[in-house]
Amino acid sequence: MDINLINICKSYDENVVIDNLSCMIPHGAVTCIMGASGSGKTTLIHILAGIEKADSGNISGIDGLKKSIVFQDDRLCEGLSAVGNIRLVADKSFKTSDIYDELSALGFQKESARQLVSNMSGGERRRVALLRALMANYDILFLDEPFKGLDSETKELVMLYTKERVKGKTVLLVTHDEMEWETMGENLIVM
Amino acid sequence: MSSTISDNSRRKIRIWSVAIWILLWHGVSVYVGKEVLVASPISVVVRLFTLVKEREFWKSVVFSVWRISIGLFSAIFIGVILAGLAARFKVIEELLAPLITIVTTTPVASITILMLIWVSSRNLSVVISFMMVLPVVYTNVLLGIKSTNQKLLEMADVFEIPAFRKIRYIYVSQIMPFFQSACLVGLGLCFKAGIAAEVIGIPKGSIGERLYMAKIYLATPDLFAWTLTIILISIIYEKVFMLLLRFLVFKIGSM
Repeated sequence: MDINLINICKSYDENVVIDNLSCMIPHGAVTCIMGASGSGKTTLIHILAGIEKADSGNISGIDGLKKSIVFQDDRLCEGLSAVGNIRLVADKSFKTSDIYDELSALGFQKESARQLVSNMSGGERRRVALLRALMANYDILFLDEPFKGLDSETKELVMLYTKERVKGKTVLLVTHDEMEWETMGENLIVM
Repeated sequence: MSSTISDNSRRKIRIWSVAIWILLWHGVSVYVGKEVLVASPISVVVRLFTLVKEREFWKSVVFSVWRISIGLFSAIFIGVILAGLAARFKVIEELLAPLITIVTTTPVASITILMLIWVSSRNLSVVISFMMVLPVVYTNVLLGIKSTNQKLLEMADVFEIPAFRKIRYIYVSQIMPFFQSACLVGLGLCFKAGIAAEVIGIPKGSIGERLYMAKIYLATPDLFAWTLTIILISIIYEKVFMLLLRFLVFKIGSM
């Protein structure tokens, strides 16, 4: 089922962030959201994820959907390893060995997958946050600049991996990067 | 009572500094020249070695440590539960605020004497150590819960992480430093207050009674030896407790 947003408004005090936004997020496709900084892309994702509430407007088709997300900031549990963070939300059908396999596909050695995320580099943490979201049981996936902070070689690897994993899923991808939109996107919302 | 003291920031005790203080103590003892006023370190150690061979010594140690431990663990258990409830329901926090303030600010001696009216002297140290530790644990854990990273909680809500996992992997890891500090402070407090309560209540067979008797009979080496015993028990107890706590934290953290 598609998700329809009608006349969504959101402001913080006097600052209007989203002004009468109406759009459709098609089911089973990757929709990119692009726009200048401060145009309300992250706020929109937060509204759809249920973290924030719109001041007015109507959203249909999202109730009851299982959600997964990559935040702009990684939001990892610092006291847990990469595997621990992923297992915290991963679908029960995944075994620990599956998590190691997926981490390996994203360029992790077994030893680095075991270390605490607090000891990891920014790029490693980003990949853990992404894999956590991909391995969760979800109907809709929100990706808020998921490839930020990755070097070009890793970014390409991670992007192709993500594209493969989200085939046929409903995904909302916030990006500034046209290459990401060209590689991943099927629909576009410009804010 | 809301201070959070990490284990690392505690004073480091060097052998050389201990040696200097013992030498100074010995010097004062020699200068005064009366064991009844200042017992020398040697006579204290000799007396301690005599005491440890007595069955009664160990019975007193077990009597006091057991009761103080009951007070300590009860306070930790109830303190954590109350903090959880207070974090969830503002009305409970407001209800408990005056009680915690009163317990925190009232002198131990006043509470002890008051408690003697209601509680048998045998169990006085249980109640007193409980009352000393409860506000520390409650305050620190509540502070820990309030300091929990809201962004992680938002993440948990989006992923619909079950409540038990949320508590175990988000709350516990965030609260643990506060809880460890509370335990560290509480451990020191419960031994000091628990033994002080025993000295006032004089329950038969307790360390407090032995201290009191040593004072009555002017057996200063005994007084010093028992004091040294309390210090040693307190240090060993703290080390073992914190070691177990760290092990527990490790077990919780390692998935």
